[in-house]
Amino acid sequence: MKYALFAGCVSRGGCPELYPATLKVCQKLGFFLDELHERGATCTGAGVLQEKNQFLGDVFNARTFAIAESIGLKIMTICSTCQGVMSQANKRLKENPEYLAKVNGYLADEGLEYKGTAQPRHLLWILIEDVGIEKLKTYVTQPLTNLRVAPFYGCYIIRPSDALEFKLHPEREDSLERVMEALGADVVDFPGKTRCCGFPILTINEKNSVSMVAKHTSEVKDLGADAMVTPCPLCHLNLDGYQPKAMQQSQQNINMPILHLPQLLGLAMGFDAKELGLSRHIISAKKVLSKVGIPA
Amino acid sequence: MQVNISIKRHNPSAPDNNTYWEDFDLSMHDTASVLDALIKIREDVDGSLSVRCSCRSAICGSCAMRVNGHAKLACNTKLSDVIDADGRVTVEPAGVMPVIKDLVVDQTLFWDKVKQISPWLQPDGPEPEGEYIAPNSAMMDLAGVMNCIMCGACVSDCTVLEIDKDFIGPAALAKAYRFVNDPRDDQTKSRLIELNEKTGIWDCTRCFECVEVCPKGVAPMERIMSLRESAMEQGLDQTVGARHADAFTDSVAHSGWLNELLLPLKTFGMFNLGAMMGLAPIGLRALLRGKMPSIFHRSVPNVHRIRRIVKKIEENE
Repeated sequence: MKYALFAGCVSRGGCPELYPATLKVCQKLGFFLDELHERGATCTGAGVLQEKNQFLGDVFNARTFAIAESIGLKIMTICSTCQGVMSQANKRLKENPEYLAKVNGYLADEGLEYKGTAQPRHLLWILIEDVGIEKLKTYVTQPLTNLRVAPFYGCYIIRPSDALEFKLHPEREDSLERVMEALGADVVDFPGKTRCCGFPILTINEKNSVSMVAKHTSEVKDLGADAMVTPCPLCHLNLDGYQPKAMQQSQQNINMPILHLPQLLGLAMGFDAKELGLSRHIISAKKVLSKVGIPA
Repeated sequence: MQVNISIKRHNPSAPDNNTYWEDFDLSMHDTASVLDALIKIREDVDGSLSVRCSCRSAICGSCAMRVNGHAKLACNTKLSDVIDADGRVTVEPAGVMPVIKDLVVDQTLFWDKVKQISPWLQPDGPEPEGEYIAPNSAMMDLAGVMNCIMCGACVSDCTVLEIDKDFIGPAALAKAYRFVNDPRDDQTKSRLIELNEKTGIWDCTRCFECVEVCPKGVAPMERIMSLRESAMEQGLDQTVGARHADAFTDSVAHSGWLNELLLPLKTFGMFNLGAMMGLAPIGLRALLRGKMPSIFHRSVPNVHRIRRIVKKIEENE
């Protein structure tokens, strides 16, 4: 299976452990990846650039889609935020031919044109839709038996559901739990799994942002989770990076390890802690490793 | 069809254990709504169940509550759309607002927020002889917001209000958009100055909960984003949020992607020692784990093409 990988900024920046972990897991799954960033694709705008200039964001995303079309590959994302922003842009571009033509006007200088065929999908969805749960199970060499993991999606891979085409793909709604089960993990369900991690307001209202971190991580701790897993590196930045502050602010001892989705996959596929960058988290993942019997 | 409705009940006058879940097994018509089932329970099974409703036509906004954990109008939610394979569905009161009894919440908070944004027209100058004339296009845009039926579904599921009751919130901010963009109103700037304050437009997390649960397509969050854009256009560009959007856009427009190291510096201001000191422990922890973004920010290949697009859009749009 071949994909155009859209790695996003954070997987090689604030969460540098995500990118190599993704490559390891994708190699194991037999994916051939063509990197869109090497071909000059830009940031999606993350919804922030869109506050200032949505049109510019749509041009940038149409450009990425056109590059993927030009090499004939489907786009794979590894970030809920990238995924959501791309899906929202794609919806606007596809539902209005006049708008698409106007956007394409800005791509013509490079000889690019977005024809409207891109279907950007997160690795999480690709696991379900292209690999399939049964096939995924065959890659598991180290089942995560007895590991209690809580899912945390990230807003943009859940809402708005029409742009994410949940009606067409109802399996996307609980995709994370299905993948966790396939890896042998015990799913710790909790109502906060589709809520906001607080990252988008971190610079604006740190107190509220950190309160959200404290709420989610302490809730899953109370439910007996060993770790949380997320397909969104921005959620990871907040839930992991700001958890020390959350513990301080809420005066609780939480210490909940937060794993990236590819790290959880990697553990079940037999990669070691170093290969998956598990030592690079702010909240130590050692407890998780000892529970699945992998040396730290 | 057979359904099992699990209702989160609350009886303030019970001495203890006054919040509990109670299951009801019912036989309902295939086309029945959640509200039909609740009324049937109240009429035929347990007359003590409290539920607020009136029009049963998604117009009055009385019956917003959480169905399977998400805010909906009970009257326009079909049971067949929300029951699981075993015919089960859960019903709870709306979130954020305090529960009075069972499915009835105290909406004071909701109305206080709406009142806070001065929800009436404030034109300047003498009244015209006849009607105020407003262009059709402007009013068509506002019609989307005027569809709001004040049900409070967006407030119920707002991720910020859940942890901070001071936030003005989605319903009131959508209402504010309606007046900021009304061509007959002359308080645009002063409204935006107020909305630009703490607890206002910049405190929204952009989580899309309100867009998803609004039964009338008001899309409050999109209105909030539009208010942010209006505030920046009016020169209100020195909030942390506005500087963040500015710095982010500059970074992507200049290099094709995000300079994570420069972003906080530009957002808080290079010489904002207080903020920098606050960031120091976070930065140090990240550094120790090898998580600091490189200080050498590489641009994407062929970045001149990106800059050319940005320049053209700036000139044309």
